[in-house]
Amino acid sequence: MAKITMREAISQALMEEMDRDPAVFILGEEVGVWGGTYAVTKGFYDKYGPDRIMDTPIAENAIVGAAIGAAMVGQRPIAELMTINFAFSAMDYIVNQAPKLHYMFGGQFRVPLVIRAVGGGGRQLGATHSQTPDAIFAHFPGLKVVSPGTPEDAKGLLKSSIRSDDPVLFIEHATMYQVRGEVPDGEYLIPIGQSKVQRAGRDVTVVTYSKGLELSMKAAEELAKDGIEAEIVDLRTLRPLDMGPVLESFRKTNRAVIVEEGWKSYGVGSEVGSRIYEEAFDYVDAPIIRVAQKEVPLPYNRTLEQAALPQVPDIVAAVKEVLK
Amino acid sequence: MAETISMPKLGFDMAEGTLVRWVKNEGENVNKGDVLAEIETDKATVEVESSASGVVRKLLVQEGSVVPVGDPIAVVGSADEKIEETPAKAVEPKTEKKTDEAKGEEIKAETEEERGKKKEEAAPQPKPEAAPAPEAAALTEEGPIKASPLAKKIARDKNVDLWQVQGSGPGGRVVRKDVEAALSAGPQTTDRRPQAVVRGPSSMVTATAEDETVQLTKLRQAIARRMTESTTSVPHFYVTHEYKMDALMAMRRQINEYLGEDEKISVNDFIIKGVALTLREFPNLNASFAGDKVIRHGAVNVGVAVAVEGGLLTVVNRNTDQQPLRALSADVKRMVAGARAGKVKPDDIQGSTFSISNMGMFDVENFAAIINPPEAGILAVGSAREVPVVEDGEVRVGWRMKATISVDHRVSDGAEAAQFMQKLAEFLENPVRMLV
Repeated sequence: MAKITMREAISQALMEEMDRDPAVFILGEEVGVWGGTYAVTKGFYDKYGPDRIMDTPIAENAIVGAAIGAAMVGQRPIAELMTINFAFSAMDYIVNQAPKLHYMFGGQFRVPLVIRAVGGGGRQLGATHSQTPDAIFAHFPGLKVVSPGTPEDAKGLLKSSIRSDDPVLFIEHATMYQVRGEVPDGEYLIPIGQSKVQRAGRDVTVVTYSKGLELSMKAAEELAKDGIEAEIVDLRTLRPLDMGPVLESFRKTNRAVIVEEGWKSYGVGSEVGSRIYEEAFDYVDAPIIRVAQKEVPLPYNRTLEQAALPQVPDIVAAVKEVLK
Repeated sequence: MAETISMPKLGFDMAEGTLVRWVKNEGENVNKGDVLAEIETDKATVEVESSASGVVRKLLVQEGSVVPVGDPIAVVGSADEKIEETPAKAVEPKTEKKTDEAKGEEIKAETEEERGKKKEEAAPQPKPEAAPAPEAAALTEEGPIKASPLAKKIARDKNVDLWQVQGSGPGGRVVRKDVEAALSAGPQTTDRRPQAVVRGPSSMVTATAEDETVQLTKLRQAIARRMTESTTSVPHFYVTHEYKMDALMAMRRQINEYLGEDEKISVNDFIIKGVALTLREFPNLNASFAGDKVIRHGAVNVGVAVAVEGGLLTVVNRNTDQQPLRALSADVKRMVAGARAGKVKPDDIQGSTFSISNMGMFDVENFAAIINPPEAGILAVGSAREVPVVEDGEVRVGWRMKATISVDHRVSDGAEAAQFMQKLAEFLENPVRMLV
């Protein structure tokens, strides 16, 4: 087991898959000569050349549109979006074309496309470049949405995404590239659509993913000092959503806090909470609490930005509240 | 436009009210200001007026229902207007907690029948006695218990009566650990179920020595709660003063010669006026204690305690310091009559800034009253009586009256209260000052 960063894990996954399958190629803004805005594809251009590492114009609709076309004729494109906020420029391709072509043309086409997009706030990039709109994309049947919280999961899930015959939106958190974690030696895959218990506990179920996992793990350490053992379930994939481990945990603890970085309204927490109420109503011992971003465009000012984003003390407080 | 009439908030601490009786039925015409329904609050039965003119299109709650403040109770609109189906929210009738006054029985009989029907439809549980039998102990209606779904399931599976379980969750919600604790503790004796009026056959038999259990009325419950709150949380102190009432008694006799039988000014009216004028000069006593500050009220609204069946109410005269004695007297008479008839308007019982309790009519020398929170003081007034007094070294007959002020010590101190009582003397002993 090697301890590597999230950046290295993603980079390894890309490289391993490019080495394995010549149909895999990368396109996006500054992915080639520059090595990627977050340096994920550093060295790729020299290794694979301009045919497989394609720098594109600043036009997200063109990036995703071209990638869909390539996927339809048998390639396995990986389109990189500098931030998920730019995905809105390519919205029609992402939610209206990619997820529906296989369905609407009687299975004649497959769209084995991966869109890697960088999401999340906390880097003072202003209201338009700091969003966590994951739930919007997870709304559409036909589009898989993956968002890992550890290097191990990032690597295993990205490799599965590249091998998936369906389009996958793979969301990486902008503040997590330096997060280190142990990664198995050798090749491994983690299936899309499986939630995982990242920390065992008996008192409360904390459901989260991506950045929320990092925060929730820290909160769990705080809570443990007060004798509260939180069980943390990492969704890892938002669609298809695997509620199995969540429900299993909830039936044990009977109380849940859901942590996400996006806004609370119509969010991941709303979905997970509803499903708990629907499928485990008789196990509910207290109203479920959602921890999420304040309902404002994310402020630029650092203090305000941090105040608007969910933080460790918010999770600690929510857990204590739900345990009342 | 159809207008929705909601459960009014008739007091600062009112959270819900019981809709005792619909005065108007669906389809009847109403004018704005007409009485639509009667509502029993913690304090009294009050009339709810329609805030719109038109036709009563829909009554959204049954008589006997307990309705949270602000929830819709009726829709008033034009006769041909299309009315949206507004689902009534809290229509859970709670157990009646009335005494055995005749009126109460009538109402109970109606609601009980309806309740019986409702329950029959709602759940396959034993049907309560529908007939208004004298042993009305059959009122077993249970409002919704506050328990988590998990607690309910365990209770169901293990046959635990949740009413017997004390909830430790927010707002007293019964949660898993409470049920589990109850299971391990064995049979409990505390029943949180709302108690019905229990009148066993024994009370029907005269001349037995058995105890009678009388259920508290809402009013009695409110008095119990508020007076306990007052004596446990407000540090009272008391100052008693004796007033020379000769001039006031003489003036009253003189004034009343010119007034009709139902217009006569009472001694208490003078006291109310005098207190109001004195309060104007002591803004610190016309105040409320509010944690880290004292709120000195802009208006002087004097509350007057009125004994009613089963308890007492405080009716409120507004801007008392500015009212002519005769207007003040008429207003208080109207409100007292309303209170004794069990029908007061919300405005008549809220907003007082200082209260007076007068037991002069009961030949009381002196007593001390409990402050009506959040007011800072209350004046307890005894009887005006002819007593031997010493004036200029001689014993004469004079009119004297004792009064005791109870003051919230967090707001004021003895010296200020004593000065208040002295200032009051200037008005009561020179009553002409109250007329100019």
